[in-house]
Amino acid sequence: MAIFLDVVSWALLILGGFMCFSGAVGIHRFPDFFSRMHAAGVTDTLGSSLILIGLMLQTGWQATVLVKLALIFLFILLTSPTASHALAKAALHGGLRPKLGKPEVSDEIPEKFGKPRSESVNNQL
Amino acid sequence: MTIKSSRYTISLIVVLSLIWIGNSGFYNAMLLSFGAVSVLFVVFVAHRLEIVDEESQPLQLGRRIFAFWMWLLKEIVQSNIQVIKRIWLGPKSISPVVMQLKMSQQTDMGKTIYGNSVTLTPGTVTLDIEDDVMTVYALSYDSIQYLQGGEMDRRVKRLED
Repeated sequence: MAIFLDVVSWALLILGGFMCFSGAVGIHRFPDFFSRMHAAGVTDTLGSSLILIGLMLQTGWQATVLVKLALIFLFILLTSPTASHALAKAALHGGLRPKLGKPEVSDEIPEKFGKPRSESVNNQL
Repeated sequence: MTIKSSRYTISLIVVLSLIWIGNSGFYNAMLLSFGAVSVLFVVFVAHRLEIVDEESQPLQLGRRIFAFWMWLLKEIVQSNIQVIKRIWLGPKSISPVVMQLKMSQQTDMGKTIYGNSVTLTPGTVTLDIEDDVMTVYALSYDSIQYLQGGEMDRRVKRLED
């Protein structure tokens, strides 16, 4: 049983590590600020949850450690979208505009965000 | 103090005590009394701040929120796989779009849950919410079409009533 738990937990830890690594690669490969935020989202959600679940299996069912890991999981899932949203909004207010793949099907960014900075006006990908 | 607000006070005391006990793991009188003092102090501060209400503790969501979380976790896993595929395929595989979508939620809480769920699923980020229109930025048109299909919108709407 202990070996089985170890195998499952290591599989989850390695998979989670791979997710975090993919997120980091995505941050470097994607072309602009807004798409990079999505790559960071992979690390935030699946990467951290797999690692935390893997760690929970390593605790030997100590209640206080399990509760702490579960709380970390919950707080990450509650705070990371708030942070992403704040980042995106701050970038828009700063005049940054996303590079678009298909500007013809996209809607306009609301006017209240002000004028885009000159270098991000030509926003075709 | 009305009956309504004492309900939120009691739930705040219960939640804070569970957090203390769950994190401390010591059951001797001294540490438990420290916990009681801390809980009472936090409840006092929360009352002074006037944040003991249905907004800070959405008790009316009840058990339905757990079913929603389970469904949301499944969606998060699926959209993560999509984004990871795009990361390894390279920047040519993405085609970002910005779209304005109607949302059917009436309450601030419903709008917040919907907006945060959209942001939490990789591949879509809520840029802005004004009245009942939200501006979403997505890595590809598929994710927008999925949101336009309205399953997430309906499930959040159901949490409201």
